[in-house]
Amino acid sequence: MKPILEFFRIVRCEMIKTFLKKRTYIGFLIILLIVPLVEVALKLEGGRFLRMSMRGIAQDFILLGNLFNGWFVGHQIMNSLWVQIPVLISFVAGDQLAGEATGGTYRLLLIRPVSRTKIFFAKFFTTVLYVTIFVSFLGVLSVGLALLLLGRGDMIILQQGILVLQESDVAWRFVMAYILAAWSMTTVASIAFLMSSFVENAIGPIVGTMGVIIVLTVITVIPVETFSGIREYLFTYHMVVWQKVFMDPVPWNDIGISVVNLAGYTCATVAAAWIIFVRKDILS
Amino acid sequence: MNPEVILSTRGLGKKYKDRWAVRNLNLEVHRGDIFGFLGPNGAGKSTTIRMLLSLVRPTEGGVELFAHNLKTHRARALRSVGGIVEKPDFYLYLSAVRNLELVSALSGGVEKKRIHEVLDLVGLTGRAADKVKTYSHGMKQRLGIAQSLLSDPELIILDEPTNGLDPQGMKEVRELVLHLSRDQKKTVFLSSHLLNEIELVANRMAVINKGELVVQGDVNRLLDEGERYVMVKGGPKRSVKSVLKKNKNILKGFTERDGSFEVKMDFKDVPSLNKALVKAGVNVAALVPRRSLEDFFLSITENESRV
Repeated sequence: MKPILEFFRIVRCEMIKTFLKKRTYIGFLIILLIVPLVEVALKLEGGRFLRMSMRGIAQDFILLGNLFNGWFVGHQIMNSLWVQIPVLISFVAGDQLAGEATGGTYRLLLIRPVSRTKIFFAKFFTTVLYVTIFVSFLGVLSVGLALLLLGRGDMIILQQGILVLQESDVAWRFVMAYILAAWSMTTVASIAFLMSSFVENAIGPIVGTMGVIIVLTVITVIPVETFSGIREYLFTYHMVVWQKVFMDPVPWNDIGISVVNLAGYTCATVAAAWIIFVRKDILS
Repeated sequence: MNPEVILSTRGLGKKYKDRWAVRNLNLEVHRGDIFGFLGPNGAGKSTTIRMLLSLVRPTEGGVELFAHNLKTHRARALRSVGGIVEKPDFYLYLSAVRNLELVSALSGGVEKKRIHEVLDLVGLTGRAADKVKTYSHGMKQRLGIAQSLLSDPELIILDEPTNGLDPQGMKEVRELVLHLSRDQKKTVFLSSHLLNEIELVANRMAVINKGELVVQGDVNRLLDEGERYVMVKGGPKRSVKSVLKKNKNILKGFTERDGSFEVKMDFKDVPSLNKALVKAGVNVAALVPRRSLEDFFLSITENESRV
């Protein structure tokens, strides 16, 4: 069989295993609960949320039209969930390798006449696919439902001041933002994947990944001079690259640097995980 | 003509930290063998099998399967091999059929018909669509055997396949192994710490203890070596004991156990003993020559543990 066909046959297996497992849907279920709950609550409260957010600067502006709309809420949801999403991603990514060790199924899988490398990359490919589907689901649900509930209009961005984007200039920014979000979540998934390669239960990778994100986020945001030299090299600094798409003008150079940085982290962690995986003694 | 060697290990060893789990292991399995791999718990059987199936990297030495070096030509070496390593574990949330489909995809793909054939062979057809989490241990063990047969391999490596099975289940596995060997011309590498299991099915065997090979060869030849004894059953016991004491010239000693006597002697002297017992008025119920693998195994492992 051609290597590429064999690879996609293994990918199909990994997808069956991943998407028939209940834990895969926990993240989807949580999003399915949180997003409608928040958006319905915001609709019921009317524009109070926007007025609260603009407290202190509202007197300097005269804002006309429906600014408390689906675009605004979709953006707020994306802003507020970026801490929780990595947990949900690592829930599945961290289980990809460690789950086989816990279940004893490495012994079923790794005695076959296919290389460990193919199995490893099929698993990573499946993880990336899961991340893409999950982030897309979040995007479609949060923006789609918000537009349905709160209608359309120009989009107001409350970040270091007020920026109003014309409605015709918004949709592509959301698409781009979710592509970049999927990119940064792939980096998170690859860290969970790395942790998953050297432990034998799936809890370790989830806790470990969150630990790494928390520590690096603290270093990223805390205004201490000592960390200023390394801050820009940490992936947590670039993890929220998607936010830059909503700036005007869009800082494409900065986005490019972040994309490369995240890709570097992904490649390095996946390479390390691969080396560990192919050399690993299966004792479970 | 020399038999074709399809599995061999040369100086195979595995060291965990400063402890050798297996050391300098040289095995040869011939095509068509039912090869018993015998050893007490913790002897290194599973570590060896993990190395044979590339789950564990040897610290020293190597494995050849079908003349392919496992380290350098892993896929080719494993193409005609199926196996179970220790207890059979599956994706519990999937059905037996789905589990076998996954295994099949990793083994180059087999027809759906074959999946149902192997399930039928191990008697799981009626539960094929059920999730594996609803299976008993025995059923999982049978599914384990089914997955090892799925790609119709020439060599089947079974690591303690009767573990946890009831006597009927053990008998069924034994019969299956014999069926695979006789009717389907498979080579079977069967590890066990259950001595009678090997004795009943294997034609060649190796005994491992404390990670090292103790002995390897033809089961019958190995059984012919060493002391033999005859189990004497009959009564009255006083008369039996008296005859045994009077015939010290042909006996090397005897012990009474569970209502019968174990008499150490050459088998050629059994008729003379029988004659003497009958002459003394003993009702001879049985004279059973014994040189069981169990005794052999126990003696060598005991010797090893004394060293």
